Amino acid sequence: MARYVVNRLAQSIMLLVIVSAIGFAILHLAPGGPLSQFAASAQMTQEDLDRVTKQLGLDRPLPIQYLDWFGRMVRGDWGKSYRDGEAVLSVVSSHLGATLELMATATIIAVLLGCWIGILGALRRYSLFDTLATVGAMIALSIPTFWFGLVTIYVFSVKLGWLPAGNRQTVGDGSFLDLLHHLIAPAMVLALVETAMWGRFMRSSMLEVINQDYIRTARAKGMPEWRILTVHALRNALLPMITVAGLQFPTLLGGALVAETVFTWPGMGRLFLDSIGYRDYPVVMGILMFSATMVLIGSLLADILYAVVDPRIRVG
Amino acid sequence: MTAATLTSAQLAPGQAAWRRFRRHRLALAGAVIILVLVLGSAIGPYLLPFDDTYIDIMKRFAPPLSGAHILGTDELGRDVLARLMMGGRVSLTIGIVAMVIAMAVGIVVGAFAGFYGGVVGAVLMRLVDAVLCFPTIFLLLALAALTEPGLVTTTVLIAATAWMWVARVVEAQVRSLREREFAVAALAFGSSNLRIMFRELVPNAIAPIVVAATLNVAKAILLESYLSYLGYGVQPPAASLGNMLNNAQIYLTSAPWLAIAPGVAITLAVTSFNFLGDGLRDALDPRMNIP
Repeated sequence: MARYVVNRLAQSIMLLVIVSAIGFAILHLAPGGPLSQFAASAQMTQEDLDRVTKQLGLDRPLPIQYLDWFGRMVRGDWGKSYRDGEAVLSVVSSHLGATLELMATATIIAVLLGCWIGILGALRRYSLFDTLATVGAMIALSIPTFWFGLVTIYVFSVKLGWLPAGNRQTVGDGSFLDLLHHLIAPAMVLALVETAMWGRFMRSSMLEVINQDYIRTARAKGMPEWRILTVHALRNALLPMITVAGLQFPTLLGGALVAETVFTWPGMGRLFLDSIGYRDYPVVMGILMFSATMVLIGSLLADILYAVVDPRIRVG
Repeated sequence: MTAATLTSAQLAPGQAAWRRFRRHRLALAGAVIILVLVLGSAIGPYLLPFDDTYIDIMKRFAPPLSGAHILGTDELGRDVLARLMMGGRVSLTIGIVAMVIAMAVGIVVGAFAGFYGGVVGAVLMRLVDAVLCFPTIFLLLALAALTEPGLVTTTVLIAATAWMWVARVVEAQVRSLREREFAVAALAFGSSNLRIMFRELVPNAIAPIVVAATLNVAKAILLESYLSYLGYGVQPPAASLGNMLNNAQIYLTSAPWLAIAPGVAITLAVTSFNFLGDGLRDALDPRMNIP
């Protein structure tokens, strides 16, 4: 077990180095490189630019600059926002709470609903319910999230007036009920794609398990059907879903960005888009690296957790 | 099951695949809808009396079915149906061209990684893993922010964030096919590595490649709509299914039809390609032939 964890950890660190190299390359792809914002300003002459380039060490060889940048990233110094001079890490972390709240709510909805649909679909394979669920999941995966958000706003905010059309809370309010009221629509929109994914994976995982020999053995022993399903089938079918949680993470983050944009939700995705609009490259790069690191850690945790609960993985 | 296996065993592989595909009614429906969408956006604009960029301020916000404009007009009085057709052209073209680029890159990377294995394979596949760590939309937007937006940029950027899946599929295929007799025979015959890779191995992996390509078009159309909706994709006055939704949120209360038509078109196109890909997977998957 320890060996598996160490191996997986080493792999993740190596990936992080490649990820950071890609991030660094993207930063230097910017027209004018990291100085583009100053270069666009008419107040700075070429001499000023040259001086700043030297001061910031941008005239050094790229590998040295990369090592320097990487070292600072690891130490938590992610540079300062062009917009207000605040440290990137603190800007990002101040928006993280809203995003995590949205992602967690959507995931809870998706896991409960998706697993239920998937299990039922697998047990009644090719039934009307299963067919509708399979077709529905495919359509859900094909609907652009932002458009589904627009439709939700039109139906529930414009036509019915049940839900607010955006923001995290009413100004001046902020009670738990008010927060919940604002959370429903964006979480529902974000949960659509997730539910479809969880449902599909749960269905195939359950199908695989209920066709195993030990399930047939349990049946042959005359064990009651509900006991077979809950004790034997479900427990084993749920295990691989840990991996799905890890795999789903990048999609969930991307979906959150879109949902936040449509519902003016003050999270990291919204910040990312605003920063792009302002050409605030340090924040853009910060969030890009932050999200990639989150994905890396997410898949690492999912793999380790899976190995903990399923001993077969460690051996293989 | 036995009867089905017997009949499909008597047929040529192609015929058996076509049979399985035909049974997949949703995939067939998807293929028909794609055909309609392609023809509609290719021929449609010539049949309409309106130009997609013609601005008619006097007739702005005409609701659907209220006169000459079947799907109504937008905030500048442009005909929505004409824009939908031209937008469909742009979105479908971007989807297909981005798929072709992503396939080319993915196949080359996957073939090299799978054929050579070892250090080359490990380095290439770790690169694939690393790029996959970035959530697609974040990476796409960051790259779009650094480049000049437009048709070509949008297409290339979408391909740049989509080739990794293809590389994974092709790598796994090539790695397993490399050990098969025909590959060893080609090697003994004195064929060059490049020839074995791209004339022997890749053509034998055509089934999963075709499936990946179909699903890739769906993904590319979806990504184009995200990028253009957020304002970093296809730029106005040119229409794309995504950028038609750009202003839709502002007019959601007064002119909801501006949001509905393009959204339905995107969903229809993406669903059709996804169902087609699913059906092709069922039809072409050789494992289905093994009883």
